[in-house]
Amino acid sequence: MTTSTGEAVAFWILGPIALAGGLGMVFARNAVHSALWLVLTMLSLGGLYMVQSAPFLGFTQIIVYTGAIMMLFVFVLMMVGRDASDSVVEVLRGQRVAAAILGIGFAALLLGAVANSVVVPLATGPAPGSNVGNLGLLIYQRYLLAFELTSALIITGALGAMVYTFAGRAKAKVITQRERVTERLLGPLEKQGSRSGPGVFATGDSVATPALLPDGSIAPESLSSIIEATARERLGHSAELAHAGDEHDQHARDHEAHHGQGEIQGSQA
Amino acid sequence: MNPLPPPNTPGYTQALLADDPLWLTIIKVVVVFALLLLMTLFMIWLERRVVGRMQQRPGPNWNGPFGLLQSLADGLKLAFKEDIRPTLADFPVFFIAPVISTIPAFVAFAVIPLGPEVSIFGHHTALQVADLPVGVLVAMACSSVGVYGIVLSGWASGSPYPLLGSLRSAAQVISYELALGLSIIGVVLYAGSLSTADIVAAQASGWYIWLLPVSFVVFAISMVGETNRAPFDLPEAESELVGGFHTEYSSLKFALFFLAEYVNMVTLSAVATTLFLGGWRAPWPLSLWAGANEGWFPIIWFISKMFVFLFVYIWLRGTLPRQRYDQFMRLGWKILIPVSLVWIVAVSALRVLRVQYGTVSAPVVLLIGFVVLVVAIVVAVLLPDRKPADEAPEEPTVVSDYPVPPLDLTVPPPPPRRRRSVPEAKETAAVGSGSPEKEDA
Repeated sequence: MTTSTGEAVAFWILGPIALAGGLGMVFARNAVHSALWLVLTMLSLGGLYMVQSAPFLGFTQIIVYTGAIMMLFVFVLMMVGRDASDSVVEVLRGQRVAAAILGIGFAALLLGAVANSVVVPLATGPAPGSNVGNLGLLIYQRYLLAFELTSALIITGALGAMVYTFAGRAKAKVITQRERVTERLLGPLEKQGSRSGPGVFATGDSVATPALLPDGSIAPESLSSIIEATARERLGHSAELAHAGDEHDQHARDHEAHHGQGEIQGSQA
Repeated sequence: MNPLPPPNTPGYTQALLADDPLWLTIIKVVVVFALLLLMTLFMIWLERRVVGRMQQRPGPNWNGPFGLLQSLADGLKLAFKEDIRPTLADFPVFFIAPVISTIPAFVAFAVIPLGPEVSIFGHHTALQVADLPVGVLVAMACSSVGVYGIVLSGWASGSPYPLLGSLRSAAQVISYELALGLSIIGVVLYAGSLSTADIVAAQASGWYIWLLPVSFVVFAISMVGETNRAPFDLPEAESELVGGFHTEYSSLKFALFFLAEYVNMVTLSAVATTLFLGGWRAPWPLSLWAGANEGWFPIIWFISKMFVFLFVYIWLRGTLPRQRYDQFMRLGWKILIPVSLVWIVAVSALRVLRVQYGTVSAPVVLLIGFVVLVVAIVVAVLLPDRKPADEAPEEPTVVSDYPVPPLDLTVPPPPPRRRRSVPEAKETAAVGSGSPEKEDA
């Protein structure tokens, strides 16, 4: 089989780019940069497939690997945070030695495969018929079992990951809006609502407690029209707003007392 | 040079385009590029005018006739603005992200057939830049690569809001690209080819929107999700994330994102037209005239169909509020994808029946459809109803002194104190505003 000029040119452009992408992926410090280098490699591989008159494979490579799988990677890496870089501490004992041995073994296998295809040239040319049709026939008829097994494996993996993620975790109770309101009203603001801020001398957290101005009078802006307009009995809370014996919010207590009678005095008057 | 296959057979346009001389291809590329730029300028103007009309205001009407030059003026202004580079930005990625998002949007338009065979300066060619045997996949691949621009821009900005925008964008693309791909499968099954020109040729007898309505609806919805347009504009949700992924961008880089968004809209509308609305084929009353599908006229039909989609884009933006993120994901994964899967199974089953047994006629299809419908209704009737909503809400018990507005609260009359305090407030305001007057005097 001979190589046409265009194919050779494309190979000598795309090949180095793919290689550079691979090297960049290994040596980049930043995880997202690493992923981007890998994207570059995948795009050049897709381009190479297209040049080898397998456009379907090339575009599928771009859609599936670049578009979906690497997007998932980038998604996870972005969650990790932008400054997360490789740590140089070896976590697993002997990890590097094992990785080196396996890497060398894999390289030997690849070299063998490539050498084999160089020495014994592939006899068959492109099969007659369309790219997509031939692939479909191969996947869904000849290698159907292998294909189904692979997909079963992948689905099992995905389900397993979800089971591991959610197993052992108590099923979270869904709090309805009603329960939340009740809790808010019941609790002394332990879970819901807010206490007075630090530095504020206050003896009541209720929204019905009006704010006091520096001279001790009630600030009119702090009065809520809904609460003001509601009869005290309807509000249903007990009489004591502030703790007994506390003189600082005497005005507030006065205000409460007036409110209880349904008649509100202008405290500024 | 290979001999041309007979016209109107699969691969004819491909062979026709393969004979194009280089200068013709360059002319086509330049024309398509200019067309997309003009469409962007026009679309921005149209969107502002139409949304303005929907909101009972005139919209831009000052620069040029009907304000047509407004977007040009805006574009020029944008180009002269300061280019801000955030300190925390990852500069190489920050720089390249707008480029990544713009280029694929333009590339995808190359496979769109704008018209049938014409003669340009004596050369017989089709009104299309390139026709690949996998043309539809080119459009898909371009949209999936283009999203990298959005995702990377948000990450590289080094600030939280853009990051959130790009996370949303990544999740959105992964989910909606599936639905988009699944909705294309029906078309490909019927056309028997992935080439856009062949798909248009296959719609000579009828548009696929009538044959595959479910695919069309799924495609139309995921198209809006894929272009990040309202109501699915979560990556840039301006009321939640400031500007989303492009918060930190300014000047020409921002302009590139803007351009990419509009070119993407135009491109996807063109893809939808090609796949479902018969591409450049004339609509019904016009198609009775034999000359409507020949020569240069089809460009008019194509662009008008495209504008139908573009108008719907604008219409959606003018009417619908933005979806919440979980609602959006639920729509994608729990409705669009299952529906398209079931639809594909149904379509391929029908196809196989037709091809293998050949005798499956329209009444049989209708009968099967009727039986399926009856079974579905029976199942729906037999399914237990959802439990009724829980009984009347009981009054929450109140123990502490936390004040409770009553449950049957009617709008209360304004409190007497408020009424009385109004003049006093005015007095305070008068005192407050007294000083500048004094200064004036």
